[in-house]
Amino acid sequence: MKNLLILLFTLSLLSACASAEKSPATAPVTIRLMTHDSFDIGKATMQAFEEQNSIKVEIFKAGDGGAALNQAILAKDNPLADVFYGVDNTFLSRALDNDIFTPYASPELANIPANLKLDPQNRALPVDYGDVCLNYDKAWFENSPLQPPQSLEDLADSAYAGLTVVENPATSTPGLAFLLASIGHFGEDGYLSYWKQLKANQVSIADGWEDAYWGQFSAASDGDRPIVVSYASSPPAEVYFADPPITESPTAAVISDGTCFRQIEFAGILKGTKHAVEAQKLVDFMLGQTFQEDIPLNMFVYPAKQNAALPDVFKQHSQVPQKPVTLSPADIAAKREAWIEAWTEVMLR
Amino acid sequence: MLNSKFLKLTFYALPLAFFALFYFYPLAAIFGLSFAPEKHLDLSALAKLTDTPYYLKTLWFTIWQATLSTLLTLLLAMPGAYVFARYRFWSKNTLKTLSTLPFVLPTVVVANAFTALLGPRGLLNQGMMSLFNLSQPPVQIHHTIWMILLAHIFYNYSVALRIISGYWQNLNPNVEEAAQLLGASPIKVFRRVTLPLLMPAINAAGMLVFIFCFSSFGVVLILGGPQYATLEVEIYRQAVNLFNLPTAAALSIIQIIFTFGLMRVYSRSQTQMARPLNRQSSRSLQRPVKSWRDRLIVVGNLALMLLLLGTPLLALVLRSFSGANGLTLRYYRELFINRQGSLFFVPPAEAIFNSIAFALATVVLAALLGMISALLLTRETHRWRGWLDALFMLPLATSAVTLGFGYIIALGRPPLNLRSSLLLVPVAHTLIAIPFVIRSLLPAMRSINPKLREAAATLGATPRRAWLAVDWPLIQRALLVGAVFAFTISMGEFGATLFIARPQTPTMPVAIYRFLGQPGALNYGQALAMSALLMLVCAIGFIAIERFQLGDEGEF
Repeated sequence: MKNLLILLFTLSLLSACASAEKSPATAPVTIRLMTHDSFDIGKATMQAFEEQNSIKVEIFKAGDGGAALNQAILAKDNPLADVFYGVDNTFLSRALDNDIFTPYASPELANIPANLKLDPQNRALPVDYGDVCLNYDKAWFENSPLQPPQSLEDLADSAYAGLTVVENPATSTPGLAFLLASIGHFGEDGYLSYWKQLKANQVSIADGWEDAYWGQFSAASDGDRPIVVSYASSPPAEVYFADPPITESPTAAVISDGTCFRQIEFAGILKGTKHAVEAQKLVDFMLGQTFQEDIPLNMFVYPAKQNAALPDVFKQHSQVPQKPVTLSPADIAAKREAWIEAWTEVMLR
Repeated sequence: MLNSKFLKLTFYALPLAFFALFYFYPLAAIFGLSFAPEKHLDLSALAKLTDTPYYLKTLWFTIWQATLSTLLTLLLAMPGAYVFARYRFWSKNTLKTLSTLPFVLPTVVVANAFTALLGPRGLLNQGMMSLFNLSQPPVQIHHTIWMILLAHIFYNYSVALRIISGYWQNLNPNVEEAAQLLGASPIKVFRRVTLPLLMPAINAAGMLVFIFCFSSFGVVLILGGPQYATLEVEIYRQAVNLFNLPTAAALSIIQIIFTFGLMRVYSRSQTQMARPLNRQSSRSLQRPVKSWRDRLIVVGNLALMLLLLGTPLLALVLRSFSGANGLTLRYYRELFINRQGSLFFVPPAEAIFNSIAFALATVVLAALLGMISALLLTRETHRWRGWLDALFMLPLATSAVTLGFGYIIALGRPPLNLRSSLLLVPVAHTLIAIPFVIRSLLPAMRSINPKLREAAATLGATPRRAWLAVDWPLIQRALLVGAVFAFTISMGEFGATLFIARPQTPTMPVAIYRFLGQPGALNYGQALAMSALLMLVCAIGFIAIERFQLGDEGEF
């Protein structure tokens, strides 16, 4: 009798999960947005969209940027979602080569600067961008005869020995972005010898941004490294999330020419969606004024839309680098693995 | 009872069906896609692994760090297991329960606790620098193998402590006493009598710890630093960063084959080693702490545990209360405030509720399936037993990315359209928890003297009645230990679910990672506050589970 009950219990459990994906017929259309774990946006913003269009948006988070994209690719014959957000320019070619997106020339694209639009066929539409830059601990440099670094070359100077922590490009997006900055700046022939100098200069390599920033950066942790690879928009986050409130960020970003790498994040409509119209509406919305102006304080990156207003804390504490390093996605796609492999060989093995 | 045989088969088929559906089927799907994308088999990725010495070196490092971590953990936990098995002292059960807490903490948080204590600007170095007037921090273990070992001990100490002491406390000391009477020295008694009797539990714990360290990911990446790579790390790199599925799958296969082989050797030795024992209620065997010698042993061990497990946990809790201007509740209060009006804001109550709901589902599933599996492994005599034992351990040693990707392609179509169902979360947790339940149960089940059951049968008891009267009371405690681990695994959101796409289900670890994702002192403070809450909720959960005494047979 007991066994029978267990059996029944299990069967009912299984049938319950089998029906979990069905949605009731009377409810508004539900579409799915698949994204990475760092995605965030205002509750009111999303609700307004849902109410205006009587569309329900279900958000699926699927690990970090790379893991989420790979899952979308694996599921492309039977897509997990209707819209995917969060592929960046370092991964863009993987998404396009695997043909997961369907083109959509959103009218909102007119308000987005051309240099962010990397896919001429509009399969991937730029939503936001952020610059990966060196950050430094202001207090540390005030108490030291040393000047904060101004260039990538400075980090290799023996005066800066043992001061820098970077992320591993094989496991971290900002890490990869910084490796690309060094390749853009020193060229394919020069970047490895630059990294050899950094290694000789005792650069610390962290697994990911969390470990570098919270574990080793002297301005945010018990660590002893006053220079870290982070974002140009990290200083406003330091102010916004300060306790108690402060008027000046304890950290600053180095934004001189050729030191930063611009990460652009894209959204696209997944091929095979059964709700193309609703998916287009969602993409339009993501590129529209409300959503775009809501991006900075939720994700601490910059909106792609030209005339989206920035919050005060961004205006006061963040600067956009004028000449970040750029590399074409095709170049990155073709050589990323070789670059990472060569870097790993030099730095870790 | 025409269909009692059918019922029995169905009963035993439950865990097998679970493994087939949620482990082998997705795994076969991802391996199929990796090795035969165009429908014809191409195993060149496996052959390619031997092209460079790198993968061999990775395998070697994976094995030796796991071996060393396991030996150190067992060595440190043995005295603790003795103290908890043989002494009665104040708040003993609470202390034993709390020793499981490290298990739930995210690696990033643990790494920071270690940095706060042992880092270049940590407590130890600052103390030593001011004490001995040093200009450089004397202890530099960040990103060294020592940090990996230390963290593995920190995470696994309680696994060894609980499994060994749980077994030890019911061990009848009459053989030891006999040896002593015959003139053996205490050391000799331990080496020749106690240790051999304890071997089933030591091996079970050692096996779990080994496999846990063998597939270590976060600890190696974050505490060891990027110069160290285990197979698991390499699989992640290949699958996620390079999207090189064939190599990732080839490495996963190596990982699985190695574990399987090891488990075969282990389970063969275990069945030979298992001997029925006359076990006793622990109450009659435990003595109060009286003499100076007793005090030294008990206090010494508790001090070691405090140092090893307590200080990092305390450092975390303390920091969650310390703001820029001294002690504060600010971070806890802030947990309840949705500043940006974020869609992903996690109200603490909801996070706690979700975490507990998943954890309870995991406990029920893992205890049920683990119990049936353990029965299958001890009661039924057939050739497949040893293979099954090895098989049940595999999920613990299988890369989470590989399995997660398998779910995407295997479970996406009706009637098994489960890949976006929330139920996959407790299912994945259960896969990881079952090995813990089985390893807790088996030593206890195998040590039950069949003569007791025979005696019950002679007295006219049906097999079921005999089992309930004889076996059940003896294995309850072991089942509770397994349940505590299942609860902990789920509360800590083990790697298994990291790669499962799912709707928003804010759990406590999800909230912690959300805070850690952005700069700012408030975010960090809230991550620590949430971690402290996670520990509190777990501690309450443990105590509730431990109170859940089934029946009134007293403590066994």
